[in-house]
Amino acid sequence: MTVAAARLGRAVTPFRLPLAALGFALVLAGVDLPWATFSGFPGLMTLSLYPGGAKAYCLILAVGFLLFVIPWDGRRGAALAALGGLAGTAALTLLAIAKDGGGLVNVSIGAWLTLLGGLFGVAAATGLPPDSPPRPWRRLAVPLEWLLIAAAYLAVLFALVVALNTADSPQFIAFLIAGVAAAVAVVRLGIGAAVRVLTDRHLRVATAVGLLVILAFPFTQNGSDYWLRVAASVGVFAAAAIGLNIVVGLAGLLDLGYIAFFGIGAYTAAFLSGANNSTIAVHLPFALVIVMGAVIAAVFGVIIGTPTLRLRGDYLAIVTLGFGEIFRLVMQNNPAHKTNGPNGIFGIPDLSAGGFQLGSSHEVFGVSLSNFANYYYLELVLVVVVMIVFSRLNSSRIGRAWVAIREDETAAAAMGINTINLKLLAFGIGAFLAGASGTINAHLTTQVSPDSYTFLQSVLLLAAVVLGGMGTIPGAVVGSALLIALPEKLRSFQDYRLLLYGIALILMMRFRPEGVIANRRRQREFHDEDASTPDALSAPPGSVVSR
Amino acid sequence: MSSVAPPPAPPGPTPPGAGPVLAASRIVKRFGGLTAVNDVSLEVGEREIVGLIGPNGAGKTTFFNCLTGMESPTSGSLTYRGQRLSGRPEHITRSGLARTFQNIRLFPNMTALENVLVGRHSRTDVGVFAAIGRGPKYRREERESAARARELLQFVGLLRVEDELAKNLAYGDQRKLEIARALATEPGVLLLDEPTAGMNPQETRATMELVRAIRDRGLAVVVIEHDMRFIFNLCDRVAVLVHGQKLVEGTPAQVQADERVIAAYLGTPAADEGAP
Repeated sequence: MTVAAARLGRAVTPFRLPLAALGFALVLAGVDLPWATFSGFPGLMTLSLYPGGAKAYCLILAVGFLLFVIPWDGRRGAALAALGGLAGTAALTLLAIAKDGGGLVNVSIGAWLTLLGGLFGVAAATGLPPDSPPRPWRRLAVPLEWLLIAAAYLAVLFALVVALNTADSPQFIAFLIAGVAAAVAVVRLGIGAAVRVLTDRHLRVATAVGLLVILAFPFTQNGSDYWLRVAASVGVFAAAAIGLNIVVGLAGLLDLGYIAFFGIGAYTAAFLSGANNSTIAVHLPFALVIVMGAVIAAVFGVIIGTPTLRLRGDYLAIVTLGFGEIFRLVMQNNPAHKTNGPNGIFGIPDLSAGGFQLGSSHEVFGVSLSNFANYYYLELVLVVVVMIVFSRLNSSRIGRAWVAIREDETAAAAMGINTINLKLLAFGIGAFLAGASGTINAHLTTQVSPDSYTFLQSVLLLAAVVLGGMGTIPGAVVGSALLIALPEKLRSFQDYRLLLYGIALILMMRFRPEGVIANRRRQREFHDEDASTPDALSAPPGSVVSR
Repeated sequence: MSSVAPPPAPPGPTPPGAGPVLAASRIVKRFGGLTAVNDVSLEVGEREIVGLIGPNGAGKTTFFNCLTGMESPTSGSLTYRGQRLSGRPEHITRSGLARTFQNIRLFPNMTALENVLVGRHSRTDVGVFAAIGRGPKYRREERESAARARELLQFVGLLRVEDELAKNLAYGDQRKLEIARALATEPGVLLLDEPTAGMNPQETRATMELVRAIRDRGLAVVVIEHDMRFIFNLCDRVAVLVHGQKLVEGTPAQVQADERVIAAYLGTPAADEGAP
């Protein structure tokens, strides 16, 4: 918090209640009045007394603020987030309306009132005393705690479904701003921590509920394919990201060519599954192919790793980067006329398991689940297996040795850890998991070609791991989901898409360097100091100075 | 003191008391033109505390590095309980030599308990598949490791902070944790590189007690230290390194009385010899 903001806060303190009341009244009035003079803007913005689209987000934030933050003390963070989000949502929608309508004249009074109300609210919130530490979570009856876990997870699923079904880009951005604001407010209220405590306390229940939510996802799509296709890509990506998380997150080996192992798995599947133009005329059962893809990738991992894992840090990164490029170029140059060069191999047939065709739709509980839903479920199995491998290794002596190597390789060797073998093991297991997910991906996309395995893909995987949270499983999954789904939602920004994407990454690293879902160790690594040194500029609670 | 040529390696470890636990013979380490360690021999007996002193740059830490495999000596040989030691640090640690570092090298973002558990690595052998399968062997080993690690934390007095990150521990506690971590490798000889550096007199005395307690557990200890009071009160035998060569070796009384040591190391009249 800057000095200026602290000064503003002190100036505002005596007026905060009237300011907040005024702001709230303005927002209430604003969302009931029309926002646009022309029809066609999403959310039916020309209507009175109909809070749709961005209006609804503003209303929800305002009411949520009223319900949860009104016990004023020690909730400045939550209040600022909620009201800042409100103002941001209103401002963005206002600008979007102005752009669509061809000028600010097309913005109606409601939008201005809402924005003004939000700004008043933010001003009022700066006058609050600083956050007091959240109270520890009280124990409730066990079934009640289970219900709370379920409610929290369902809320996440609901938000996700709403987000995905918000088709239009300006409205989606408005939703994104409102959603992030609400999430920050919820975390600042201590609810995030409470959910975490509950999850820890009932880990099995939480896992089961989480799994159910994930299983339920295809049923929320009304038979539409679009997001299921995206979700299927997320699944493949997530399994590979968890594998990369072993290499980068646990063992601390920066691998910039990881996509090559994924590609090796994919090419293996393409060769051996009876694809149209496969140069090898064999069709092996998928159970065999996935193992072969994984093992071949792991063998390559060991071959590359043996000489290079003696290198540390930057050098290893450069060698792995080179390997990724070599793989792509070799595939492109059609060695022994086997890989079809840049055309790749296409027409890879859909999978079938015991008469169950993954390529066709199936009716379940009256909902038609398409081929993508089938692959989604198949990948879910893979992701669960990969998760089990990751978490069990992580909590064993092998996982501890990996972390020790990451922390201080010399000291690790002095503690009796064979650093070279263990690094090789991490590399090999990572490659194995990437190869396995590559084989599924080949069937999902029905074709492989060298340009699917570029350096950018490796970077994307790495970004998923870092963004989601290094060294955690949910982190890698969330990171993959964000990095795959977000560009889809930003499609209408076309040329600015990558720019927005980059900005999002930078903001993330600035404000939450440990990732969306941090593992405990990294959270403490980055935030222990924050907790122990109170904000020097803000006055302690109860000693509010008025001017 | 001239060293004896290393005996031919017997098939198994010799029984305690049959000879020196650790025998370093004519160790030489050159870095290009610089000879950091020049023909140094050192023997350490059962339950013996040996001090290694010398002015800065005398080659003490390099000598330690040669003993623990962090540097490979240019020439010379090293035996532990009659077995020849060579190769990478992890093999030497597995054989029974453990060390601490002059500038603390804990795993900063692991908890105190995890740090000690890492020390158990070479004494456990659950593999990838056993770890994924979580069979009875895995569970037994994890249980035993945790129990042993807690016992060691208790021993150095850090059980109360077992869940703290190593980097958040007080300086003195970090030194102790490094010792606990080294003990977790179940060594026969513990090599301490300046264990009291940066400590106040009280902490130094506590460390002295800790080293004696370690000796009473049946270990031999080699300690590098600049604190003369610490060395002369604690050690059974003291060796003095100067310019990479062993100048004198003997009991604390002998070393203190030796004029060459006074000249080379302690300097003119020993007024402030022990000031920490």
